[in-house]
Amino acid sequence: MSILVIAEHDNQELKPATYNAIGAALQIGLSAGEGAEVDVLVVGSDCKPVAEAAAAADGIRTVRVADSAEYANFIAENVAPLIVNLVSEYTHILVPATTFGKNILPRAAALLDVQQISDISSVVSDDTFIRPIYAGNAMATVKSSDSVKLVTVRTTSFEASADSGGSAAIEALDATGDAGLSVFDGAEISSSERPELTSADIVISGGRGMQSGENFAMLERIADKLGAAVGASRAAVDAGYVPNDYQVGQTGKVVAPNLYIAVGISGAIQHLAGMKDSKVIVAINKDDEAPIFQVADYGLVADLFEAIPEFEAALDND
Amino acid sequence: MKILVPVKRVIDANVKVRVKSDQSGVELANIKMAMNPFCEIAVEEALRMKEAGHADEVIVVSAGVAQAQETLRTGLAMGADRGILIECENDPEPLAVAKLLKAICEKEEPGVVLLGKQAIDGDNNQTGQMLAGLLGWAVATFASRIEVSDDTFRVTREIDGGLEAVKTPRPSVITVDLRLNEPRYASLPNIMKAKKKQVDKYTPADLGVDISPRLEILKVVEPPARDAGVKVSSAAELVDKLKNEAKVI
Repeated sequence: MSILVIAEHDNQELKPATYNAIGAALQIGLSAGEGAEVDVLVVGSDCKPVAEAAAAADGIRTVRVADSAEYANFIAENVAPLIVNLVSEYTHILVPATTFGKNILPRAAALLDVQQISDISSVVSDDTFIRPIYAGNAMATVKSSDSVKLVTVRTTSFEASADSGGSAAIEALDATGDAGLSVFDGAEISSSERPELTSADIVISGGRGMQSGENFAMLERIADKLGAAVGASRAAVDAGYVPNDYQVGQTGKVVAPNLYIAVGISGAIQHLAGMKDSKVIVAINKDDEAPIFQVADYGLVADLFEAIPEFEAALDND
Repeated sequence: MKILVPVKRVIDANVKVRVKSDQSGVELANIKMAMNPFCEIAVEEALRMKEAGHADEVIVVSAGVAQAQETLRTGLAMGADRGILIECENDPEPLAVAKLLKAICEKEEPGVVLLGKQAIDGDNNQTGQMLAGLLGWAVATFASRIEVSDDTFRVTREIDGGLEAVKTPRPSVITVDLRLNEPRYASLPNIMKAKKKQVDKYTPADLGVDISPRLEILKVVEPPARDAGVKVSSAAELVDKLKNEAKVI
């Protein structure tokens, strides 16, 4: 069995989600009792540091690098043909179920006449996987009859593989050229000193109850004290309090930190879908009927504008 | 320009989903169904493009069971001009839907296909990307803004790190995200008018597409339940519990 994991990166750094996808690949190998040869595909432009980071990851056979200008912005029309070229060497192709993976893999699957399996949360065997459907309100066990499995991986459901200890060979691949269709036209990438939402140990999120973007500063102060990332419900993003990349939920980011603090969030199923696998959940909300309390380990029924300053003060007092 | 908008009939987003006791799927009998919310956003965007003079016809298409016709009528009541139903015995998988839509695109030659980024039943997030791949067209996924010009679309995409923009040529496939627009409600006169609008019907065989599933659903179960925990009386108690009981801070 040989598995290709497509690395997620920004041409400079390998993103943590990649290690979770490698973790899923290793599990697929274990499920078959024979282990798997795992390669990593780094497709990008001027992305040598990424390839070197991938080569240092534990358990990798070969890092295959397609380094060319047409891959700089991960345009699906340019990346998919590369995946198609490599597929005959693999039993499985995995990519994190992030906006990067969701954008590129289905196109490759269509070109290969393969029915992709999206967002797996568990491996049953090398052809059978469990995945959430209906925003996580049901879990489906699906078995693929395709000769090669194209899979996106719910990163929070798999342990990350070690980022060191390996010394894989790095192999250069021929580029596949520019399809001449989509043209990148700029980006506004949020920058923050705080940890990434999807890999943070602690996440503090605000909902519509925050009432304004300015009030998120209260959460940011606590985040900085705890080393946490800041997230939001869809309602808070729709209201314009914070940018889209804060959104946790069915259609935003899926997080599973050790501690998730939901502030002024009622707990619509679409939000719960994005955070209910967190180890410990805290809810602070003035409505004691809010559904968020049904999943919270610790609930505090209180006006957040009183409770959050008290919470911050209690952190300081210790 | 024609705009093609594929739409899917799903369980209404406000209905609590229940797993069937035989684990074969989720309960659909006597459940309120509706147009997938992301598809509504796609229909709305198509109508706005037409109203802005960028398009002269909006066609809604659905691949699914006979009742998907009701979902098409919803789109027609919002203002779409005509509908196409590809009647299937069961809901086809995304790859099969993409193949069916490709056949429709070859007949209709739309300037853009606008569709929801995912359906809230299967949560697959595949069909638009697959369709673009089969057609050899550009795709722009997760659109939160679309600017139309004579021969290109400038699409602002919601990505994990923030926003990015791509320019795609005509024709393109664009999948839409939540914040693109707020879909309109159909007025009563438009609901009445929609009943008279044309809906053409095809079968997968008419279109020469094999929709046999590739994935076998072995079982569908409830997710592990999460027990409600305790209520604390103050922020200070909360901090104490997180430190000394849960040991997470």
